[in-house]
Amino acid sequence: MEAYVNLFIKAAFVENLALSFFLGMCTFLAISKRVETAIGLGVAVVVVQVITVPVNYLIFNFMLADGALAWAGLEDIDLSFLGLVSYIGVIAALVQILEMTLDRYFPKLYNALGIFLPLITVNCAILGGTLFMVERQYDFGESVVFGLGSGVGWAIALIGLAGIREKLKYSDVPDGLQGLGITFIIVGLMSLGFMGFSGIQL
Amino acid sequence: MTDGSRKVLIDPLVDNNPVTLQVLGICSALAVTTSLLPALLMCIAMISVTTLATGTISSIRHFIPNNIRIIVQMTIIASFVILVDQILRAYAFETSKQLSVFVGLIITNCIVLGRAEAFAMKNKPGVSMLDGLGNGLGYSLILITVATFRELFGAGSLLGYKILPLVTDGGWYPANGLMLLPPSAFFIIGLLIWAIRSWKPKQVEQSEFQIHEVHRTEVL
Repeated sequence: MEAYVNLFIKAAFVENLALSFFLGMCTFLAISKRVETAIGLGVAVVVVQVITVPVNYLIFNFMLADGALAWAGLEDIDLSFLGLVSYIGVIAALVQILEMTLDRYFPKLYNALGIFLPLITVNCAILGGTLFMVERQYDFGESVVFGLGSGVGWAIALIGLAGIREKLKYSDVPDGLQGLGITFIIVGLMSLGFMGFSGIQL
Repeated sequence: MTDGSRKVLIDPLVDNNPVTLQVLGICSALAVTTSLLPALLMCIAMISVTTLATGTISSIRHFIPNNIRIIVQMTIIASFVILVDQILRAYAFETSKQLSVFVGLIITNCIVLGRAEAFAMKNKPGVSMLDGLGNGLGYSLILITVATFRELFGAGSLLGYKILPLVTDGGWYPANGLMLLPPSAFFIIGLLIWAIRSWKPKQVEQSEFQIHEVHRTEVL
């Protein structure tokens, strides 16, 4: 249990996907103008991340890895080079299924998430989470916790940035820094702040 | 080379840079800018993928059904990324270890899909490849600038060769540890945008709110 809590803290704060690996930056910068939309996107990312990382874990370990097809009697086959295509396919399909399920059973949540749901397919934070899971060889439980932690960390960073940018409307920014430039500087400062979490061990 | 195609190639370098102006493709790449060598390798990978993918997508653009075009584009891009990844693993294994997951993340790099969707689906293969090449170069320009700053001031070297002798080795330059940490990349890009926009004032964004009655530039 302790190991899981540790992994969660590490994934959410110390190794924050947005602030220390620069993942999902495009959406991160584009959707952080208002807190409300930021919360919507944040929730969507957490949900998709929690589902895709474990599913891709199963795909990798039972279909793609070296000797993973042993259950089908094909011990010598190594399909790991097909990884990238399979992960992105799985992510796209899962986002589509999630969209249809939400539309059918939770229309309120579906309407709140709106356009962000399909956009998540091309969010590097999602594919990045899966690739880190494969590279670091997490087991099934760890991949669930890692998915949750990294999604929550990304959402916190996004909502924090949106809050700062809302306040920033009233400040007098030099012309050249207006908009994108000042946002980068703020993200840099936030990243410095999040680095303060490094070294935390429970 | 005609004027039109030269414009397609040169425009994305500064005037319409994918990173600093279109806010595309920042995602997968900044983490590899702590030193110059992996950044260069990443640029080569990126340029080959954008050029080949836009060329391929453009040459089959009349056969792609409109409602499944994103999936087709993603599959083509993913295939080229796998190709590049396998080549890197075969010939530059050590550096490809440093790049870790970031070569794979070229798939979700918005520049590739963005150019495929916005340009390659409407233009001939030749021009599309030039556009892909131009955008790849524009992206590389930013990546290499950031990597040069970070390696030079963070480790006192470029491509592994000592430029500034470090205090720890008996020289005069105290290494700036911040440059090797993620926040510095954000600061450098922010300042780079400031520099480019001071040079090309046309790119300055309008602020949402006018705070003073008369804006300070008008007073000057």
